[in-house]
Amino acid sequence: MDLSSINPILLLASLIVAATPLLLAAIGELVVEKAGVLNLGVEGMMITGAICGFAIAVNTGSPVVGLIAAAGGGAVLSLLFALLTQFAMANQVASGLSLTLFGLGLSALIGQDYQGVKPPAFPKGDIPILSDIPVLGPILFSQDFVVYMAFFLTLGVWAMLKYSRAGLILRAVGENHDAAHALGYKVVRIRVLAILFGGACAGLGGAYISLIRVPQWTEGMTAGIGWIALALVVFASWKPWRVLLGACLFGGVSVLQLNLQAAGVAIPVEYLAMSPYLITILVLVIMSADRSRAPASLGKGFHAGS
Amino acid sequence: MTGTLLSINGLTKAYPGVVANDNVSFEIGEGEVHALLGENGAGKSTLVKMIYGLVKPDRGTMQLRGDAYAPAEPSAARAAGVAMVFQHFSLFEALNVAENVALGMENPPGMRDLAARIREVSEMYGLPLDPDRIVGDLSAGERQRVEIIRCLLQDPKLLIMDEPTSVLTPQEVDILFETLRKLSAEGTAILYISHKLEEIRTLCDNATILRLGQVVGDCVPRDTTARDMAEMMVGSSLLVPERAGGTVGPVLLKINDLSVASPSAFGTSLKNISLEVRAGEILGLGGVAGNGQDELLAALSGEIPTAPGAVELDGKPIGGLGPVARRRLGLLTAPEERLGHAAAPDMSLIENALLTGSVREGLENRGFLKWGKAKSFAEAIIERFDVRTPGPDNAARSLSGGNLQKFVIGREVMQRPEVLVVNQPTWGVDAAAAAAIRQALLDLAAGGAAVVVISQDLDELMEISDHFGALNEGRLSDIRLAKDLSVDEIGLMMGGAHGMEVAHV
Repeated sequence: MDLSSINPILLLASLIVAATPLLLAAIGELVVEKAGVLNLGVEGMMITGAICGFAIAVNTGSPVVGLIAAAGGGAVLSLLFALLTQFAMANQVASGLSLTLFGLGLSALIGQDYQGVKPPAFPKGDIPILSDIPVLGPILFSQDFVVYMAFFLTLGVWAMLKYSRAGLILRAVGENHDAAHALGYKVVRIRVLAILFGGACAGLGGAYISLIRVPQWTEGMTAGIGWIALALVVFASWKPWRVLLGACLFGGVSVLQLNLQAAGVAIPVEYLAMSPYLITILVLVIMSADRSRAPASLGKGFHAGS
Repeated sequence: MTGTLLSINGLTKAYPGVVANDNVSFEIGEGEVHALLGENGAGKSTLVKMIYGLVKPDRGTMQLRGDAYAPAEPSAARAAGVAMVFQHFSLFEALNVAENVALGMENPPGMRDLAARIREVSEMYGLPLDPDRIVGDLSAGERQRVEIIRCLLQDPKLLIMDEPTSVLTPQEVDILFETLRKLSAEGTAILYISHKLEEIRTLCDNATILRLGQVVGDCVPRDTTARDMAEMMVGSSLLVPERAGGTVGPVLLKINDLSVASPSAFGTSLKNISLEVRAGEILGLGGVAGNGQDELLAALSGEIPTAPGAVELDGKPIGGLGPVARRRLGLLTAPEERLGHAAAPDMSLIENALLTGSVREGLENRGFLKWGKAKSFAEAIIERFDVRTPGPDNAARSLSGGNLQKFVIGREVMQRPEVLVVNQPTWGVDAAAAAAIRQALLDLAAGGAAVVVISQDLDELMEISDHFGALNEGRLSDIRLAKDLSVDEIGLMMGGAHGMEVAHV
């Protein structure tokens, strides 16, 4: 066992890379749930985004076009969920679960020809001056732009929910859709938009894994991150900053346990592998002890006539 | 009154199987307080939803100050100067007062300015409100203030109020009426929906009466008796429940210093409640909604377990027993919420009859259900309580509110309870069905049962109770003989005006 082989700066820098896909997926799902919709299809939308982004990036040679395609792919899949739950009034839990299964199968089908293909490299986004700061520079300011985007997305979602009228209306729809309807807000339209946003975010998160973090295509490569994102939203009490914290925690423990495995720590690998899930949930459960409530209409179908 | 503000010509709206409004026409003058009167299901709600832009009429037109008025959505109605205070469904419990107000406005100012405006306007009209409080923590009366302030901030020309007094104490009603008169004097017209006739007689200038979707008449409420208006509403003469006047027996139900915490975050905990009910007696418990009524019912039904001695039935401590054991001993209850609490919405009436009746009616045998017997029990309820349904196989959800209410009350009455506790027995029930339910409760008491009626309808409580008490913030007032009480005294028992003041304008 040789712990000195672990470079703390590199560890922290890769923590952020590990946290980003989770953060993207979770912040999207947070918006969806704030609007009162429970979409359990995050995993399916992520993996669909991962393969859409990968395939388009390989074919066009542009990773940025790939990312856009990933967001589009996730959104299109989520549109299916929106049609089922908002217009056909299907059960949200069942629709979400089948969306995940569908996404896993669809991505495997599309991905058949992409096994072992190498995607175009993603440019690093060193921020001038800031990236030269010792320690902080390589950790915070020498990442790719998706990392910065995910951070500003979190900031934006937080500010939108807290300070903007659009955010207030979104929360109102999630809180009491009958009242929102009575006041003349378009419940279904707002929810569909939120679902699409959530799908795009999940797709981006998936493509981040296949294009930047790994980068290659393997079937089922999102490996449950979508489920963790769902749990994260709940345990973060629907608060964006807690989602960020939880994502970093999860990313940190994932990276640390890999490093510990490499360093040959005398703990069975299985325990190390389960540790990120366990620790993230444990910490967030303790944090959510302040009993913040879920949006009151979460998971309930809305029909204007009833 | 200077001219016509809103005129409605031939509005018609049909839903599958029912014509909610059929060729409705009337006019509201500037600054007039106009009552819209009718029973549940007469089409009042559909009509005001059309005026507020929530529902599109099939036919007919409206004119606001002479211009064509056809709001496509509520924001268009608000822009035209029409505001509405809803009976239900329009506040967001997890949001604060200022956020709730902002959601009902077209172009709300910034939150800080809005909070200042809420303080200012709410104090001017004698309805004090703290803009930062979470609505879920407010009392029913305070919530209504939020709705009214939300409307007033937009300087409406027409204010629609849907049953605004159902959650207020008499003192709060007086203050609300003062506010409404001030508004009317300032030129705001008010369309006031209610089925409380005395209120309409004190407040309104004109009334339009709806029955089964049609205008059946109009009147000047001040010059018309409540009885005449009621008969126009119902379309036939009303039967007033009669009291047989049985003898009062021993104490059957006794509560000793009962304190329980509410299971819900926004509920009210019960504090030191003691009461006694004798055989042959009806105890009426009044109070504004949300002051511990649901919790008291749950403590009596056995849904919230208490210390064994806190609840006694016929001298035996039963506080620790669950609902089934209490039913076996003869304590039956009917909660307020019909769909989801008193009845399972998607189960048939037979199954619903089984759910509470199996113990006392012997509808099961060693865990096996006796469907035949259950069916005849359900049919007997339908027969005796005149429940309008094609048959006992229909789901509870398919019944109208009043019919389902007759079924759930009938189901308990038919089980010959020693003690029956009901919460809001006639809520949302039309006058004829309400009279039938009250008569059944009176008959039950005359037959030697002890009955506790929890209700927010004071007229109902005065009509049937022998003794009266009121719940206020989880505490029970002194229990007094009902026939000696005046409305003022009752209001004070219910907690007075809860900090409301007469408008300062």
